[in-house]
This record gives sequence, C-alpha cells and structure tokens, in this order.
Amino acid sequence: MDVKDINTPGYEIPEEIEGQVAITTLDKIYNWGRSASVWPLMFALACCGIEYICAQASRFDLSRFGMEVTRPSPRQSDLMLVSGTVTKKMMPTIVRLYNQMPEPKYVIAMGSCASGGGPFKEGYNVVSGIDRYIPVDVYIPGCPPTPQALINGLIKLQEKISKQSIKTVRWYQKGEDQASIPVPILGPDLIDPRKIPLIKNHEA
Amino acid sequence: MTTPAPVETLDLSTLLPGFVTTDTRPGYSGWVVDKNHLVEFASKLRDEFGYDLLTSVTGVDYLPDDKMEVVYHAFKTTGGPVLNYKVQVPRQDPIEVPSLVSVYPGVELQEREIWDLFGIIFTGHPDLRRILMWEGFEGHPLRKDWKEAYFEEESKPFKSRWPDGKIVQAENNNKFSDNIAYPAGFDPEKWIPEGEDALYGSLAKYEYTSQDGIKNDHIVVNLGPQHPSTHGVFRVSAVLDGEIIANLKPVMGYLHRNHEKIGERNTFLQNMPYTDRLDYLSSLSNNFGYALTVEKLMNIEVPERAEYIRVIMAELTRITNHCMALGALFNDLGTFFTPLIYLLEERELILDIFEAVTGSRMMCNYFRFGGVARDFPEGILEKIKGLVFERLPKKIDEIDRFMSDNEIIRSRGIGQGILTAEDAIRFSATGPLLRASGVPYDVRRADPYSIYDRFDFDIVVRQNGDIYDRYMVRLEEMRQSVRIIQQAIKGLPVGEFQTGKPQYQVRVPAGESYGRVESPKGELAFYVISTGKPSPWRYHVRAPSFINLTPYGHMCVGQKIADIVAILGSIDIVLGEVDR
Repeated sequence: MDVKDINTPGYEIPEEIEGQVAITTLDKIYNWGRSASVWPLMFALACCGIEYICAQASRFDLSRFGMEVTRPSPRQSDLMLVSGTVTKKMMPTIVRLYNQMPEPKYVIAMGSCASGGGPFKEGYNVVSGIDRYIPVDVYIPGCPPTPQALINGLIKLQEKISKQSIKTVRWYQKGEDQASIPVPILGPDLIDPRKIPLIKNHEA
Repeated sequence: MTTPAPVETLDLSTLLPGFVTTDTRPGYSGWVVDKNHLVEFASKLRDEFGYDLLTSVTGVDYLPDDKMEVVYHAFKTTGGPVLNYKVQVPRQDPIEVPSLVSVYPGVELQEREIWDLFGIIFTGHPDLRRILMWEGFEGHPLRKDWKEAYFEEESKPFKSRWPDGKIVQAENNNKFSDNIAYPAGFDPEKWIPEGEDALYGSLAKYEYTSQDGIKNDHIVVNLGPQHPSTHGVFRVSAVLDGEIIANLKPVMGYLHRNHEKIGERNTFLQNMPYTDRLDYLSSLSNNFGYALTVEKLMNIEVPERAEYIRVIMAELTRITNHCMALGALFNDLGTFFTPLIYLLEERELILDIFEAVTGSRMMCNYFRFGGVARDFPEGILEKIKGLVFERLPKKIDEIDRFMSDNEIIRSRGIGQGILTAEDAIRFSATGPLLRASGVPYDVRRADPYSIYDRFDFDIVVRQNGDIYDRYMVRLEEMRQSVRIIQQAIKGLPVGEFQTGKPQYQVRVPAGESYGRVESPKGELAFYVISTGKPSPWRYHVRAPSFINLTPYGHMCVGQKIADIVAILGSIDIVLGEVDR
C-alpha cells in the first residue's frame, strides 16, 4: 500500500453523527500535529540568521505557521535551519548537533551558502554546501533569502511532513535507531571519515 | 574625498637615525622601520608624538620582491590623519618580527591573525596561536604562493565562468570532488587532531588549598560556538573561580569566510558586494569604507548629490544597526525579546527604504567608485522624511522612556564590565565602546571624510565605561544620526549621482590606500594595495568588532559568569566581521 492510500480513511460517516465524529487516519492526525509544531534549533550561522530573526519578529510573524518555538538545545528540536555559510571549522559542531537531535528531524539549507557554498564557495575554509555532510530536506535560494522566501521554504517543509507515513518513515524502521553521521575531523584540511579510503587512495 | 589628507610633516628619520627611512615606492607613504628598533620606535611615537591609538596591523606578502611586510597604522585620539609605518623582513621561514603587545596591547588578536594567515612569528607575543583557522591546519593561506583546493586562476573572471556555454564546476577539477586538499603522503588514519590543548594551555589556571583544607581547582566553561547569546558562532572559553571569571579567552574563526583571499582574486568592483557581507547588519557603511579607500587610490571626486545620498544611507544604516545592537543587548540583559521586537519594527521600516533604493533589504551593494549605483527613486524622500522628522525621534524617546530607567537594565548595566579610557585606547577599541569610556573619538569628527564636516552633530560621550553607558551612547547616537539625516535631506542637491559613466572594470593606479569610516561598530577601515592590475594585491579589512574583542577578556575578569553575555552584547559584535 502506498502513502496515498494510507491517507484515505475509506469510511463513510452516518449522517446522524456527522457533526460529532470525524474519521481520519493516524498518519493525517500525526502529520498535522507535527507539521504545525516544528521546533527549530536556535542556531544562526551568518547573515541569513538575521533574516530568520526578522521572520520571527512582529512583521512577518512566523508563529502563524506554528514554528516560532526555537530551542537552544538540539535535544528538544525537530528542525535544523542552517542559516549561513558553513565553514570547515564549524562543521564538526554542526554534525554533532545534528546527531544530538532526536528523530524525527529535518534540515533546511537556508541561502546559497548553506545550499552550495554561495559567493564564498572558493574560500579555503568554506564547505560547498551542508548537504555534503548531512541530509537536507528543503533548500531555500537567496543571498539572503527574504523572510517571505524563508516562510515559503518552511511551508514546503510542512508539505513534505504531511506526505510522510508512519509505515515508511525511517525512525520507525527496524534496525539502527537513527542515521548518525560520523563527525568530521579537523586535520590539515577537513577530513570526512566516510572519505578516508578515498583520501588514502589518492595520497598513497 | 573632498579634501586631500594633509601631508604628514613630521620628519621621523631623525628619530632613530639610520633605522627609519621614508617609504619611497610610488603611491606609498609612511616610514620603513628596522625590525630590531620597532618596539623602541613605536614607544617613542606613542609617548613623544601622541600616537596613542594603533588601529590596524596587517601583513602583506610581496612575493615577487621576496619579502614580507607588516604595516602599522597609528592615530592620535585627539584627531588627525594616519601615520603608517612598516617593517620589512626577508621571506624565508622562520619570519620573525618583534611583537608590539608590550606597547599597544590592542594588537594581540591582530598579530595572532597575521601569524595564522601569513606565518609571521611575533617574538614576545604572550599567546601566539592560530586564531581563525584551527591548530594543525596546513599552511598560511594569505601567502601568495598558497593555493586553495578550488584554485582556478590568479584573478577573475575565471575562464570557467565565462559564458560560452561550457561552465566547469570547481568540484569537477578536484580529485576529491570537494573543497579539500591534503599535503602529499598524508595518511588520515595516522592523524591525531591537535584538539584544544593550546587554547586550554593559554588560560591561566590555579589550584589552591583554602584554610579549612579544602582543595580548590579551576573549572573551564565553554560558551558556544552554538549558543543563543553569543550573537552567532562565537565561542568563549572561561576559567571560573566559583562564579567569578578568573580568565577568559575569545575563540573565533567559526565564520571565517576568507574575504581577504577571495578579495585578492576579485576585481576591485567585484569586492563591493562582498563588503556587504562583512558586517551584514550595516552593509552600507561597509560599502562606504571600501568606496572611499579605492576612490583615494583612483583620486576621483564624488558628485555632491551622491555625497548626500551616501551620508543619508550610511546614517540610516547606523540606526538599523543600533536597533539590532540594543535589542540584542536587552535580550542578553534579560528583557527577553519584547524590546527587540519593538526595535525591529523600526528597522523593518528602514529596510523598506533600503529595498526601494538599492534593491535589497540587507545586502545593498549600492556604492560605486565615484558615486552610487542609482539615484533615489521617486517618492522615497517623502518616506525618509516621514521617518526622520516624525516617527523615529518619538520611537527613540519611547525606548529611552521604557528602558533607561528599567531596574534590570540599571542593575545589570551600571558598574559592570568597566573599561577605563586608558585601557580602551591601549586595547585599540573604537566606536561606541571607546566613547562610552570617555574618549570623544569619532572618525567623522577626528578625520572627517565625505561631507561630514558640513553637519552639525554631537559626538556622544559617556564617562563610566560600563554596559549601561554603552547602551546610552548607542541610544543617543541614533538621535544624532536622525539629526544628520534631517540636515542632509534639507541640503540634498539635484545633479549627478555618479562621476563619469558606470564601468565594470575600473583602472586603479598602483599604490596603497587606507580608508576609514566610522561604522556603527567603530572604525572600519580598508587597506588596499594596487599594483595597477584589475585585482587588488592586498585587500585587508580592519574590522571594528574583531579588534573591539581584544579588551573583552580584560573587561570580564572579576565579573560573574552571567555577565559574559551582557558584556559581549555591549561590545556589539557581528561574526561576519569578526571572522571575515
């Protein structure tokens, strides 16, 4: 059964109790609750973080979408909003924060730097996009994206959440608890532990 | 660029005969000092000639001449033009220059940066560690013979970006398909990371047994780089004695975006949008500083109308910056978010003006060499007038009324994080941090640039040098900015907004130039060296919030741990500028 079928209840409600009873699926109610209460990690890297603050403030008022409760601790948050240039020196910290977030967790790459390095891509201390290390759900273009663009990206994330199903999501699967990512090492340059065989191959 | 800086008439060559010579290279000025007499020379300048504020120290790699240079820029806090002097050393490792920390403690972080990026060892420096990169990083990136992993060509535009339909991505040229490179024969499995031992080793430790025989030990607390109160990815490492801070070191580099290395590949104009991203809360001030610096080299005049537009935009930027700075400071002091949201409301209104004039809310990229990118659009003056004549004065008074007598602000601000005037000057602090300590030093008055000499405004000074005074200085500066904009709007002439026709590739004669403006955070300066080529040979940013962090540890020692964030908030840093 695919996700679409799971989300169609297939029960007719008798006319006399239509006002009192609503039938839905577990997926729908679960996703509705999750998508309307996404708690982002209070985590601003650079310029995009300022636009994120503006999106939170009175004019754009992010709380209309149920996303205003930022948490300083990764243990309490669902969403990592990577807002700014990711540097090599910061990368181990970001991966550690990501690993500390409990499932279900999502990542948004806000702005061109987090998406692919942006104007600073050629820099020696800049990572060419956060998706080289952690999985990204939504990319928001812009340098920096306006608060409207950010809100649009967050609505896209809500849409993504509401299409998920308990049956198929990774955090209810058997096997390993979560997709934990090996923490990069600060060597002569940044070392991704997953790439060690490749590095050895090239440098030997 | 209205009046050329007065020629420095001091003859310093007699100061230390034989060891000080005039810099005779075309386009250069200042003095070349023998490295063994540097400390003596600097002390004499400070004590006998009154050059008490050493604002900037930076390195330059003259690879073709096979030498390295360290450039110092000194000023008098009573005002006046720059005095620069240089030390030249042969380019063979180990490159050693005596440290000036004993004369000017404000160079501490800057000398560490030069060691990190150029590999120049400062003998006598108390804590010479890497600052922007991590310990163990290979090489010193700003050396001209050091190439990054994505290196394509010496200068832009790169051929791969030329629109002939065959764009090559940088990843495809790298053997790891990523922005990484390792030294030959590197074995990642045998690598032992250097870790933080050097940092923790530099913190003063103590261990003692109290009278009742209980053994006391130090405790190290790290804040950040991911911490909601550090204004970004900033880190503080503190040694605590109970609740009292015994020693504290700022740790930075988590947002080091290589502005200077990228800037030396960019053409002169290509650097303009990058300056927006230095201090991303006040992009127009950064534009201003860079435009002034290159205009000095090009020796061009700016039309009247453009000067007025520049001043209006720069002062609006100061207001937006102080809105954010004060809001964040209130957050740090404990009045969580409500005042910030009040202030952000005003900031949004000004950002609307920026968007209408420049096309972007934050990254304005508006100034050009010899003017601005475009004229004010229709109707915008009415909007600005409505703000500065009606709304802003009332709103600033409102914040004053609500916050200045607030119990929390007063008890956490008054007498906390004190920086005396002498210390502020010694540590090269500038901007509101310096003025709150009782030194009336503002580049707009001390060394006027653009048309600031025409306006009537006060330099805001407070005497106590504590957190509360820094708040009051910023609040009052917003009022003064409103005053300047009011005058500028009244005087705004009609006419050209750009000298000559706009051009993508400007011709910049060879030479050096140090241009500075009073950015909302302090003295923002650019040190640019041109060799006559399309890209600058050296592009250095004298970042006020980076150098204002030098006295941070000094201000924190003896305070409670909770004051770490309050004092940091009162310095007002932006990580884009601290780490560059």
